Amino acid sequence: MLGQTIADGILTGAIVALGAIGVSFGLQILRFANFAHSELLTWGAYLALVFVSFFGPGTPTGPFTFGWQLVAAMLLAGGLTGLLAWLVDLLVFRPLRARGAPRLSLVFAAFGAALILRHVIVLIWGHGTHAYTRELQIAVEVLPDVRMLPDQLFILGVTVVTVAALHLYLTYSRTGMAMRAMAENPALTRACGVEVEGLVRWTWILSGALAAMAGVFLGLTPQLHPEMGASLLLALFAAAILGGVGSLPGAVVGGLLVGLSENVSTLFVSTGYKTAMPFVLLLLVLFFRPQGLFGRKS
Amino acid sequence: MIGLFSYLVFFACVVLILGIVALGLNLQWGYTGLFNAGVVGFYAIGAYTHAILTAAPKPELIGNLGLPWIVGILGAMAASGLAAWVVGLATIRLRDDYLAIATFGIATVIQLVTLNWEALTGGGNGFSGIPRPLSGWLTTPFSFNLGYLALLAGIVVLVTLALDAMLAAPWGRALRAVREDEQAAVSLGKDATSFRLQAFVLGSMLMGLAGALYVGFIGFVSPFDFLPILTFQVWAMVIVGGSGNNRGALLGTLVVWGLWAASGIAVTKLVPPAYAAQGGAVQVILIGLLLVLSLLFRPGGLLGENSINSKPARD
Repeated sequence: MLGQTIADGILTGAIVALGAIGVSFGLQILRFANFAHSELLTWGAYLALVFVSFFGPGTPTGPFTFGWQLVAAMLLAGGLTGLLAWLVDLLVFRPLRARGAPRLSLVFAAFGAALILRHVIVLIWGHGTHAYTRELQIAVEVLPDVRMLPDQLFILGVTVVTVAALHLYLTYSRTGMAMRAMAENPALTRACGVEVEGLVRWTWILSGALAAMAGVFLGLTPQLHPEMGASLLLALFAAAILGGVGSLPGAVVGGLLVGLSENVSTLFVSTGYKTAMPFVLLLLVLFFRPQGLFGRKS
Repeated sequence: MIGLFSYLVFFACVVLILGIVALGLNLQWGYTGLFNAGVVGFYAIGAYTHAILTAAPKPELIGNLGLPWIVGILGAMAASGLAAWVVGLATIRLRDDYLAIATFGIATVIQLVTLNWEALTGGGNGFSGIPRPLSGWLTTPFSFNLGYLALLAGIVVLVTLALDAMLAAPWGRALRAVREDEQAAVSLGKDATSFRLQAFVLGSMLMGLAGALYVGFIGFVSPFDFLPILTFQVWAMVIVGGSGNNRGALLGTLVVWGLWAASGIAVTKLVPPAYAAQGGAVQVILIGLLLVLSLLFRPGGLLGENSINSKPARD
């Protein structure tokens, strides 16, 4: 029972971590709490749905419920969601930045953008649920008494590879280093001749693409609905802050802790309160270690 | 004709109730610069506390103490204030947008409690039989609404005058000093954290008061009266009206709620019933657009900040 709960928690945690990376970038590089980030998850999932409805999810490959088409759909949706994130920046956040608006004005604007993004989805696809595929699959026993669906193992595998690649990128590439520099000290980065607007654009595209990936995974386990991203918003913030804002390993560990706490809590309290766990973790960390587990004191 | 008039009375009651919420948010945001993203949570705490304290006892529910109306009102304000104090203690010193995240969280948790703690809140069904003040004297629905409107108008005038007086006093100047330049305020001996916490708690108490007045008006409470969209609506009211101006907050409430109600009516008249959900989406998109566009093009709002107290003293 506990083993299964932990496995479920790790799966939720992987998806939360992918989304939390973008939130963490937002808090540290763009310097505001982007309440619209969760809508990028939803958009990513629905954009992939558009491709899937053209090409189909593909004939099930191996133990999975989908073929290469869904993977292609995910990549395309990732690119488009990245562009969408940038477009929102261009229309909403950049004019505010240019005017030197206070950070909280950006948070507000993010609220408005979130409302618009989410309800445009309702406008197009309605309130109901959708699924990429109706194929059924059988859970496999990965450890004694721990069963997971092949699709879930796929999600975990892809997440591990993505996070590893991102880590290498942030550590060794020029842009990655510039992003980390920007997170540490924006003024100094600017003074060193880094073209900040280009970096901001790239941060949005990267955040959007990762969010889309998380959204597709959410849609795969098991379905899509307009509130799917919004219902994770608190978990994303909790993961980003818990791990220590701006730290990639922090966002991943934060995501896992949030996922685990949500699932393990169901052993003790009614499942109705599952989504309150990220808030409890968040309050605890803000009380005792506001810089997060991996963060340094400023 | 009487139908339209009684609709207007009902509309005005809702505007006044939400106006109190907007005044509370304006104290937090407009005057102190605190971002409360969980407005609906504090409103809901007030509503449920009032309901639990005043409703007639029911065997299946805890609470429902049947206490007098005024006890319910005071209890609602105390409960919302207490919740704000707890959240504020944890977050008010931190980076400003963390307060937004934490208050957003508390609203989510409150919604979960209202849905899941059935023995206290009646769960998704909510509960009815919340006594309505004045209903002993005003027995027809129309005369009750009219009487309640007068009561609400009295309370709004009282709250506005009290806020104006407090904000014109040194206390209000200290709030704005903390908002504008915390370091300067601290160097002048003001305890910034304490002033923030006071404004946050007081603003949340007003939201609780409004929640109590709302259930007292409707006579019924259920989680579906406290959806997150309300937070955005109240934010739009304060931003559109002009944050930092109490009359602006009230005007913004009238404008935004008027737009919401009018677009709702337009949607039901124009959109075929099969597409009702999509029509509702249009209403929410309008609120989102209103927020974003007013931030981009009219950040000061319709009335703008009331700067009387910031003028140099006349001698």
